[in-house]
Amino acid sequence: MIDLDDTDRAILRTLQSDGSLNTGAVAKVVGLSQPACWRRIRKLQDARVITGRAIQLNKDALGFGVTVFLGIKLATKGRVSLEDFERAVIAISEVQVVQHVLGLYDYRLKVVARDIADFERVLRRRVMTLPGVGNVEANVLLSEEKRPLLV
Amino acid sequence: MRGIDDIDRRLLRLMQHDPAASAAKLASQAGLTKASCWRRIERMETNGVITGRSVQIDAKALGYEVEVSLRITLDKTLSNAFDNFIVEARKILEVNEIQTFLGRVDVRLNVLARDMAHYQGIYRTQILSLPHINDIESLMLVANVKSVERLPL
Repeated sequence: MIDLDDTDRAILRTLQSDGSLNTGAVAKVVGLSQPACWRRIRKLQDARVITGRAIQLNKDALGFGVTVFLGIKLATKGRVSLEDFERAVIAISEVQVVQHVLGLYDYRLKVVARDIADFERVLRRRVMTLPGVGNVEANVLLSEEKRPLLV
Repeated sequence: MRGIDDIDRRLLRLMQHDPAASAAKLASQAGLTKASCWRRIERMETNGVITGRSVQIDAKALGYEVEVSLRITLDKTLSNAFDNFIVEARKILEVNEIQTFLGRVDVRLNVLARDMAHYQGIYRTQILSLPHINDIESLMLVANVKSVERLPL
């Protein structure tokens, strides 16, 4: 873990609030020259503090009206079955997030679908047929708010 | 769907896979001129298909070693339970995601903490004092196996 100073933190806060800002705009906000700001962003990327960039799309406008979170309990345990399950689940394009968790379930999945009928297709044909899958719980997302990380 | 055609979809697929790609690179990959590529991206930004760009930051690199998903059921005999709960949950700085659901779980909070002692403090003093909680289940994150939020366009 690298040591972050106040300027690094200011850069991260600025980029979290608007990821579309270019280096020049970030430099202006945090009070650095553009080259100095570029070097710091580069350092944060090399240290894997900044892990990547993404574009945010309006799911509804693109016809993905349903987001469902699944809790999955595996029926069989063991190293091999975890690997088989993970390899198969990450290949499903409708599955956006896979988290290995401790607790009531073994995995948390985020699934996007066009509508409930489409979700049912993904659930029956792709999720329920995953190797080792046991109990599955589904919760349909109604609203979501994400907040920036405390930096 | 706001006049999205196959070429737009191809552009969005390319942008999802390489968000930092220049317009020139996107144009050549999509088989467009740079100008028409620009116009399409600009149109999708204007009509709200592209809502923004984000920078992904690793919480662990910021010193948050513990990430817990709290699945909460609320006492729904009170008509304003959801609203009251969410207003109070927003005040907890370590909560970085608030989601509501239709299903067995009503609300999910994602909590980030520096270590288990820090998490215990947040849980006992702030989470447990949130209003109208009926039950809480915790899932502790072991590993992110996949977290590419790409739509299958």
